[in-house]
Amino acid sequence: MNPSVEALRREFGDKIGRALESCGDTIVYVDVGSAREILGWLKDAPDQEYNYLIDVTAVEYRDPELPLEVVYLLFSLRRKVQLCVKISLPKDAKLEVDSVVPLWQGANWLEREVFDMFGITFREHPDLRRILMWETYSEGYPLRKDFPLRGRLSRAEQVRRALHANPEAHYSLEELSIAEAYNDLPEDMRRRLASGERDEIPEAGGKRTDG
Amino acid sequence: MGVKPVGTAPGGDNAIVTQMSPNWITTRLDFLVNWARANSLWPMPFGTACCAIEFMATAASRFDISRFGMERLGYSPRQADVLLCAGRLPFKLAPVIRRIYDQMPQPKWVISMGACASSGGIFDTYAMTQGIDTVVPVDVYVPGCPPRPEGLLYGILLLHKKIKGETMVDKAIREEEVLRRGALRLPPELIDEVSEPFGNSVHQTRSA
Repeated sequence: MNPSVEALRREFGDKIGRALESCGDTIVYVDVGSAREILGWLKDAPDQEYNYLIDVTAVEYRDPELPLEVVYLLFSLRRKVQLCVKISLPKDAKLEVDSVVPLWQGANWLEREVFDMFGITFREHPDLRRILMWETYSEGYPLRKDFPLRGRLSRAEQVRRALHANPEAHYSLEELSIAEAYNDLPEDMRRRLASGERDEIPEAGGKRTDG
Repeated sequence: MGVKPVGTAPGGDNAIVTQMSPNWITTRLDFLVNWARANSLWPMPFGTACCAIEFMATAASRFDISRFGMERLGYSPRQADVLLCAGRLPFKLAPVIRRIYDQMPQPKWVISMGACASSGGIFDTYAMTQGIDTVVPVDVYVPGCPPRPEGLLYGILLLHKKIKGETMVDKAIREEEVLRRGALRLPPELIDEVSEPFGNSVHQTRSA
């Protein structure tokens, strides 16, 4: 068992749930409300130094009683120690956790992927949009167990919606490197960047379905 | 590709050619034009998966598609004759391949290389088109996962055969209607029908 678990229990008490060892890796469950505080402590505390976030992902089990889990894989580059931190999210509550982007910039796209595939919302994420599926995708969250393998719509409707997408409209202003020079651009180019080139999004009027 | 007939018909320049039955001039000219087209096909490789690796092997020295006048890969669709879709086509790429196809000038042909491009293959999922023929018209389907270079070469030779059978008398061969964005080129029922699960994937209906 990773000694960080004991340190966590001393520091945070009952905010730390059960811990187990699986195939040599230590998994520790933490409270959803203080997850960011705990992860921040693991990153910065001098004898922990889990300064590298390997991955953020999520799990849904086939047993519908079991909660969803958000998984953070941490690694200390200096101490060469790995730790797996999990948060349980019961399905009847709101699927929401705090974003760790303020701690690790690299969590940005990882959390967007979890949002895209599982519909888990990350509070205070700077740019929480779908990343693998297109932004107007409305069939739900593909990796959830209640999501049918072939999607919810008929194949013809899927093709129609896919062809409706503008292949050039998938980038936000933040993603374009030109955004750095935004204020130096001529007025008409700024206007087109801000609205026109993203084009209309046909399905944007409809509500996003919730899984 | 109209032969300008002497004098103009009331129905437009090509009206006479359209109504013409094949004769000595058109068949000789067809032979010449089709010979030239078939032997200098410029492919536009649209490689999205492992089939593209086999396509590279086909293009490289051992199999050498320059034997068929195809060594000049047109990475601009505006300078290409054959769209060669090598690999699976996710829905996100559907508008892309549609645009590439629209940008290619006539005459143009499409080869669908491999199981995924032809039918969706093993990817009978929410993210994958079940065959690129639901998005763009296809002339030759090459089966295989991925097809060996010999398989692709056989497909190319079949395309040659098809090209050599074309005639200017039948103008409908090269008629093209550019679809507006979002328009389907097949009726929705037909897309649903060709996308039906088959083989092992009929058992993959699991959801909680």
